[in-house]
Amino acid sequence: MENLGNMSIAQVKDGLRTKQFSALELAREAVRFAEAENSKTNGYLTFSPELAEEAAILVDAKIARGEDPGLLGGVPIAVKDVLSTKGVRTTCASRLLEKYVPAYDATAVERLKNAGALIIGKANCDEFAMGSSNENSAFGAVRNPVALDRVPGGSSGGSAAVVAQGTAVASLGSDTGGSIRQPASFCGVVGVTPTYGRVSRYGLVAFASSLDHVGPFARNVSDAAVVLEAIAGRDELDATSAFAPVDDYQTEMRKPVAGMKIGIPKEYFEGLEAETGDKIHAGLDVLRKLGCEIKEVSLPHTPYAISCYYIICTAEASSNLARYDGVRYTARAEAATLTDMYAKTRGEFFGMECKRRIMLGTYVLSHGYYDAFYLKAQKVRTLIAGDFSNALKDVDALVAPVSPFPAFKIGEKMADPMQMYLSDIYTITGDLAGIPCMSVPCGKTAEGLPVGMQIFSGHFRESTMFRLAYAFEQAGGVA
Amino acid sequence: MQFSKEDVRKVAKLANLDLTEAEVERMAHDMAEVLTHMEQLSTLDTSAVQPMAQVLFEAPATASLREDAVRDRTLLGTEEALHNSALSGAGHFKVPRVIER
Repeated sequence: MENLGNMSIAQVKDGLRTKQFSALELAREAVRFAEAENSKTNGYLTFSPELAEEAAILVDAKIARGEDPGLLGGVPIAVKDVLSTKGVRTTCASRLLEKYVPAYDATAVERLKNAGALIIGKANCDEFAMGSSNENSAFGAVRNPVALDRVPGGSSGGSAAVVAQGTAVASLGSDTGGSIRQPASFCGVVGVTPTYGRVSRYGLVAFASSLDHVGPFARNVSDAAVVLEAIAGRDELDATSAFAPVDDYQTEMRKPVAGMKIGIPKEYFEGLEAETGDKIHAGLDVLRKLGCEIKEVSLPHTPYAISCYYIICTAEASSNLARYDGVRYTARAEAATLTDMYAKTRGEFFGMECKRRIMLGTYVLSHGYYDAFYLKAQKVRTLIAGDFSNALKDVDALVAPVSPFPAFKIGEKMADPMQMYLSDIYTITGDLAGIPCMSVPCGKTAEGLPVGMQIFSGHFRESTMFRLAYAFEQAGGVA
Repeated sequence: MQFSKEDVRKVAKLANLDLTEAEVERMAHDMAEVLTHMEQLSTLDTSAVQPMAQVLFEAPATASLREDAVRDRTLLGTEEALHNSALSGAGHFKVPRVIER
């Protein structure tokens, strides 16, 4: 297991098949390694050795009987701490849920288990998935393994960091406004936000229900596609989960890309750092050489996306976070009356960013402001989603940067929430439209900071996106 | 857009959220900044646009309905349901007194 920190899913499977190691040995070694390395990045909040070993014993038994151990049989995986794990504490990186132990598994977690995955721990994130830098965790910021004085991105910063660091083979994150793609780009790994409804949200602690997506991180496109295949598909416990059949991504992604039409949205190349732009253009050259046809397109409502997104997501968040009332979820501040207890508990245990979003959301939903803010934003959301469906009539996919700049320094943007919100400009649109999108590594800046190339495709056309990403990766990507 | 400390206190009350004096001050500044940015939406004509509340997918109208039956997977016993409560007793969640006798 000398290459544990760099193993692919295929290598795990080979190792198990050829008896280089057992799943139980791998589970123990993966947890030991992840724990030993964790102080560097703070990517994990909790380790779950019992869970990993239980799953490993089942995998070993299946292998011994000559059975298929599953799509993710024996693969060490980390799960963002906003996904419920039965019997393993799920904090949402909040003091409010510091002691919360779910009584059930999220559907995505249950499907990982059914596929034979070894869940080795819970990944750090921004509190209730609210943030773009992972500095809003109540249990300490995550450091970017590529440059330890920089943020890993957020909100799924821990999920990205542990995969980049090599302390998990793959991980699950959640994406409401870019929380998978942006940290994937900052840490130099692959991150996938599937179509809205592609993966069940049952057991994902709700932030903004109409925007929340569950998706995978991995060190290569194929591994990310395997994890998505394992967790995707209709779930009757989430009424918004889709019926569309799940493609065989491993076959689909290997199909040629020559002749594919790619649109570059011109609005996504305004106001970004020059070096980031250069890398994306170099990436487009690679796709051109592979025979893709590239043309400029326009998504004209892009300048309104930040406002639209932060109205809708804070409105939904203020409603979803109302359940943390000091009664059902472990934390309570004592007070003489019930209403005082509610307010005191929430004041004492929520961090500043959660408070800010509860306040903004309550305001935009309040009497007299609903039409001007919330309803207006929902109408603008229609226009933004329409921009994508118009553009995708003429092209198969869109390619753009993930973030206007690479990973920034820890502390650099904490003082000004508006600056932090503006950094999400290229990612929130995909969530608003509900289309699949992903970040694939696209070279490094002179300072050695990873840049991510974003690919968008139409609803339920993950295969198209994987095909481009896989061809790009196989062609060597960008240096 | 202006957002006063009084405005902050009013919204905080609606949200059942205690804020310290320092947080009220910070919030007034941050809310003003963010809401000013959000006001840009008023420049867009959306009179002919339908609001989008949810991403929709192709399916029959009743596809997401299910049998009204208890499912094992979502069944929680009293003990499990109360396990994460801040305070419980006699099979119930306990809260501060609501009704004065």
